[in-house]
Amino acid sequence: MSRNGPLALIFHTIFVIVMVAPILVVCLVAFTPEGFLSLPTNGFSLRWFRAIANYPEFVHAFWVSLGLGALSSFVALLFAVPAALAIARYRFRGRDALAALFLSPLMIPHVVLGIAFLRFFTSAGLGGSFAALIIAHVIIVFPFALRLTLAAATGMDLSVEMAAVSLGAGGWTLFRRVTLPLILPGVISGWALAFIQSFDDLTMTVFLAAPGTETLPVRMFLYIQDNIDPLVTSVSACVIAITMTALILLDRFYGLDRVLAGKGDTGR
Amino acid sequence: MSASAEERNARTPWALTAPALMLFVGVLLIPLAMTVMLSFHDWGQYKGIEPVFILKNWHEIVTDPYYAEMFGRTFRIAILTTLLTAVLGAPEAYILNRMGGRWKSVFLLVILGPLLISVVARTLGWALLFGGNNGLVNKLLMSAGLIRAPIPFMFTETGMVIALAHVMMPFMVLSVWAALQRLDPQIENAAMSLGAGPVTIIRRIIMPQIMPGVLSGAIIVFSLSASAFATPAIIGGRRLKVAATLAYDEFLNTLDWPLGAAVATLLLAALVLIVVGSNALIERRYAEVFR
Repeated sequence: MSRNGPLALIFHTIFVIVMVAPILVVCLVAFTPEGFLSLPTNGFSLRWFRAIANYPEFVHAFWVSLGLGALSSFVALLFAVPAALAIARYRFRGRDALAALFLSPLMIPHVVLGIAFLRFFTSAGLGGSFAALIIAHVIIVFPFALRLTLAAATGMDLSVEMAAVSLGAGGWTLFRRVTLPLILPGVISGWALAFIQSFDDLTMTVFLAAPGTETLPVRMFLYIQDNIDPLVTSVSACVIAITMTALILLDRFYGLDRVLAGKGDTGR
Repeated sequence: MSASAEERNARTPWALTAPALMLFVGVLLIPLAMTVMLSFHDWGQYKGIEPVFILKNWHEIVTDPYYAEMFGRTFRIAILTTLLTAVLGAPEAYILNRMGGRWKSVFLLVILGPLLISVVARTLGWALLFGGNNGLVNKLLMSAGLIRAPIPFMFTETGMVIALAHVMMPFMVLSVWAALQRLDPQIENAAMSLGAGPVTIIRRIIMPQIMPGVLSGAIIVFSLSASAFATPAIIGGRRLKVAATLAYDEFLNTLDWPLGAAVATLLLAALVLIVVGSNALIERRYAEVFR
């Protein structure tokens, strides 16, 4: 049941079409049977998807992105889970300042972060290395990992933990057997959102990646700078498909509105 | 005994946050400080970076009209993008909020989902739609009789603003959406029962209540647009530079790192000032809404 008038519905329809059009056009052009950029009017073809295999740079960049996203999100959680538990459970001096510091990568433009990391890692002799990319990505995905873990830890029923303590559990056992399983949905969603952020980052990574450590967005960007052809649309279509899969999984397990609602209020 | 337990209790949060704190100080705060320092260093084509303290780069940025023009373009694009997202995003959030349960969640996913899709892919989509004089957008507008001659979108500020507004739109819709969730639908009914027409209701009841949401969305969109890189680089091409693409050029093409660092530092400082300043203004103005 809708309470919107016809004018509102027309506005809404145009709005949705404009929002979807650029994404749709990329996916459609990817299926063109022609050798140039065009909408597939004479049937669909997979030739440009097969063509990806002949460009090892794209395939390599894809594996770099996948490894980088998975690893940096995992490392970020190793730091973020204890920090989230401390911020959720304890009232201590400097708590708000710490939380603000941990969320600050959202506020600092990624171009500034890219420059700062380029300067830092070059001085440290790590310029262009995969290790430098991991550390930089840990910083930019940290706020997402922290925030979803924090939400799970804040909503947790503390009496379960107290019961475990009264039964003699403590320290590591308490964390591994009681606390972690209870906050796990938040932790996994935090990992997924962090992964998407890492997988999609161009602005910061473009400063740090060297040939051999180029991520997929960086490779795509450098390719587009020279020429736009159907090959880059089929690569983009694959990226869109991967993100959509992650999105649907996130929505199923956690609720996309919860993930995004947390994201909107402070920006990047 | 109780004292030592209390002491241990006071130390626990610090022990838990220490690793993350060390990580942030070591690889975030120190690199940022190094960048600010870098902007005061000297650079020459043949001598490279010289670690001295001079104001050469800052002097160049302040006096050379090229930088004034470039920062002017950056903030002009950011302001227009913010206006466009507010004017279109706020009504859309309102319409979305009035929809029935099933449709509401479907369209929320359609509109917010792009937030997580690669910016390169989304901008590529606009490049395809704009594509020269006979791009799809121009064909559509001409056949609808809205324009006579094709509008140049590629390599223009118009195209950059449209593509950026598309990229930033979910942030605005999300922010207004959050404000709408706090709104009591009964107030609208009360106004209606007292004889207010739809225009009056929107202007006097809805607008004032969602304004904080629009403004906080505007701050997010503005700061992200002013520092955007991928969209201006792809749509704007090599000549139409904004702050982020200029800094990229100085770092990776010209190799004048100190000058690039000065551009980046100025961008960061300007954004922090604008964001903190407008946040304070909004909070003072709408203190009762934020409690």
